[in-house]
Amino acid sequence: MKHRLAFAGKKLLRMALLLLGVSFAAFVLMAASPLDPLRTNVGQAALGTMSSEQIARLEDYWGVNTPPLERYGNWLSAALHGDFGTSLLYRQPVTTVIGQRLVASLGLMVFAWLLAGALGFLLGCVAGAFRDKLPDKLIRGWCLLLSSTPSFWLAILLLLVFAVWLGWLPIGLSVPIGADAASVTLMDRLRHAVLPALTLSITGVPSIALHTRAKLIEVLEQDYVLFARARGESYHSIVLRHGLRNIALPALTLQFASVSEILGGSVLVEQVFSYPGLGQAAVAAGVGGDLPLLLGITVLTAALVFGGNLAADLLYGVIDPRIRRGAAKA
Amino acid sequence: MNSNSRRATLALALLAAAVLLLVTVAGTALHDAAMVTDFSRKNLPPSLTWLFGTDWMGRDMLARTLAGLSLSIRIGLLTAAVSAVLALVLGVAAAALGGWVDSVLSWVIDLFLGIPHILLMMLLSLAFGKGFVGVVAAVSLSHWPSLARLLRSEVLQLKNAPYIRVAEHLGVSRLAIARRHFLPHLLPQFLTALVLQFPHAILHEASITFLGFGLSSEQPAIGVILSESMSYLTTGRWWLALFPGLALVGVVVLFARLGDRVRALLDPASVHA
Repeated sequence: MKHRLAFAGKKLLRMALLLLGVSFAAFVLMAASPLDPLRTNVGQAALGTMSSEQIARLEDYWGVNTPPLERYGNWLSAALHGDFGTSLLYRQPVTTVIGQRLVASLGLMVFAWLLAGALGFLLGCVAGAFRDKLPDKLIRGWCLLLSSTPSFWLAILLLLVFAVWLGWLPIGLSVPIGADAASVTLMDRLRHAVLPALTLSITGVPSIALHTRAKLIEVLEQDYVLFARARGESYHSIVLRHGLRNIALPALTLQFASVSEILGGSVLVEQVFSYPGLGQAAVAAGVGGDLPLLLGITVLTAALVFGGNLAADLLYGVIDPRIRRGAAKA
Repeated sequence: MNSNSRRATLALALLAAAVLLLVTVAGTALHDAAMVTDFSRKNLPPSLTWLFGTDWMGRDMLARTLAGLSLSIRIGLLTAAVSAVLALVLGVAAAALGGWVDSVLSWVIDLFLGIPHILLMMLLSLAFGKGFVGVVAAVSLSHWPSLARLLRSEVLQLKNAPYIRVAEHLGVSRLAIARRHFLPHLLPQFLTALVLQFPHAILHEASITFLGFGLSSEQPAIGVILSESMSYLTTGRWWLALFPGLALVGVVVLFARLGDRVRALLDPASVHA
C-alpha cells in the first residue's frame, strides 16, 4: 500500500510539473500573438475617436503595457492561491465563468465519453473476433468514413436533418430561446443536449473501435489461444475468456486517453450548436484575446487530460494483480 | 501479398493520387472563377448548370468547393511535410542522444499531448497571427509529438541491435550512426506516417478555419464555406453545407486510402496485423 502511494505521489508530482509547463507554454503563445486585443475588441473606428488617455486606460485593462514575464509571474502567484484572474470579456472571475460553463459541458462530455467508449469497445471486439469477415469489413469501413468526417460538418448535417428538416429537436443553445430561466425544465435542457452529445459520441467511436480491434487480434494470435483451441475450447468462449480479459488494460488506457479527444471535439461541436459550454468559451476567449480565460481553460483541460492518464495508471493495479505486485517491488 | 495484389495496390494508389492531383489543379485554375459574384443567379439550388448550387452572392459553389479543396490539399502537403520532418529530427535526436536531451524532449512531447489538439492549434494560430501563416504553423507544429514518440521508441529498440553495438564499439560517432543506420531503417515508417498525416492535416486545417482561427474569410476555404453556410441553414439552403462537406470527406478518405496503400507497399508486415 505504501508503495502504491509512493507511485501515485511520483505521478502527481510529474503531473504538477507538466501543468506548470502547459500554463507557461500557453501564456508564451498568447503573449507572442501579434494580434492587438484593443483592435479586435474595440475596433479600429472606435479607437480613432478616443483620446490617448482612454486608449492608455484600455491598454492597461488588456495588459498590453506590462512586460510578459511579469504578467506570467503575477498570474502564477495568484493562480497558486486559487485566483485565476478576471475574464476580460465576461468581466467575472475566470473560476466563475469556467464553473458555469463546465456545468453545462460536463453532462455532455461525460455522456459522450461513456457512450463512445462502450460503443467503440463493442464494435472493436466484434470486428476483431470476426476478423476479415463481413462484420469486420463493415465496421472498418464505417470507422474509416467517420474518422475522415470533420466533427463540425457531422454536427451541421445532424442539425440539418433533425432540427431544420424534421424539426424534432431545437437548432441550438442549451435552453429555449427567450424562456425565463426559472421556467426551463430538465426536459428542455435534455432536448437541447441530445444533438451535441450524439455528435460528440459518434466522432469518438472510430479510434477506440480500431484500436480495440487491433489489440484483440494481437491477443487472439498468442500461443495460449492456439492451445485453448487445441484443447477444443469454442471460439466464442476463447474470445470471452482469453480475449476480453487480456484487452481490459489497453481498453482502459484507450478510454482514458480519449478524454483529450472528447474535450477537443466539444470545442467544435459546441460552436456549431451555439451550446454555451466550455468549448464555446474557449473559442470566444481566443477570438477576443481574453488571455486569463483562455489560460484558465487550457490549464483546466490539461489537468483533466493528465488526470485521465493518472486514473488509468492507478486503475491498472486494481484490475491486474500482477501489476499491483510489480509496482510494489519497484 | 503476392505480386498481383501488389500491382493492384500500386494501381489504386496511383489512381487516388491522380484524382487528388486533378482536384488540386482544377481548384487552382478555378480560383478566380470562385470569386465571381453575380446577383442575377443568387441562391440557386443545385441543378445541371450549377451542380453544387450558388450562394447568396451568386458564386458558383462547385468552383468555390474545388478551389477550397485545392487550397486545403496544398496546405495539407506543406504542413504534413513540415511536421513529419520535425518529428523525425526530434524523435531520432531524443533516442540517439539520450540523457538530458531525451528527458527534455519526452517532457515536451507529454506537454504537447496534454493540451487537447484543437485548443493547442488555436493557441499556436494566435501566436502566429492567424491567417495563412497561422494555419500552417498551427497544424505543422501540433502534429509532430505522437509521431516523434513512435519514432523515438523505434530507435530505442534499434539501439540495442548487435550491429549498432558493433558500430559503437568501432568508434563510429553518434551522429554518423543516426545518419547511416537509424535514418535508412526509419524511412519506410517515416514515409507512411507522412502520407497518413495528410488526412489529419486537412481535417484540422478545415476545423480551425471553421472556428475563425485560420484562413481569412475572403479565401475560398472549406472551413470558411461551411462556417458561412451556418447562417443559411434555417432558411433551407442545405446545399451550401452538404456538398462542400461531402467533397471534403471524399478527399480525406482518398488520402487515408492512399496512406494505407503506401503502407502496404513499403511495409508489407503491417498488412498482417
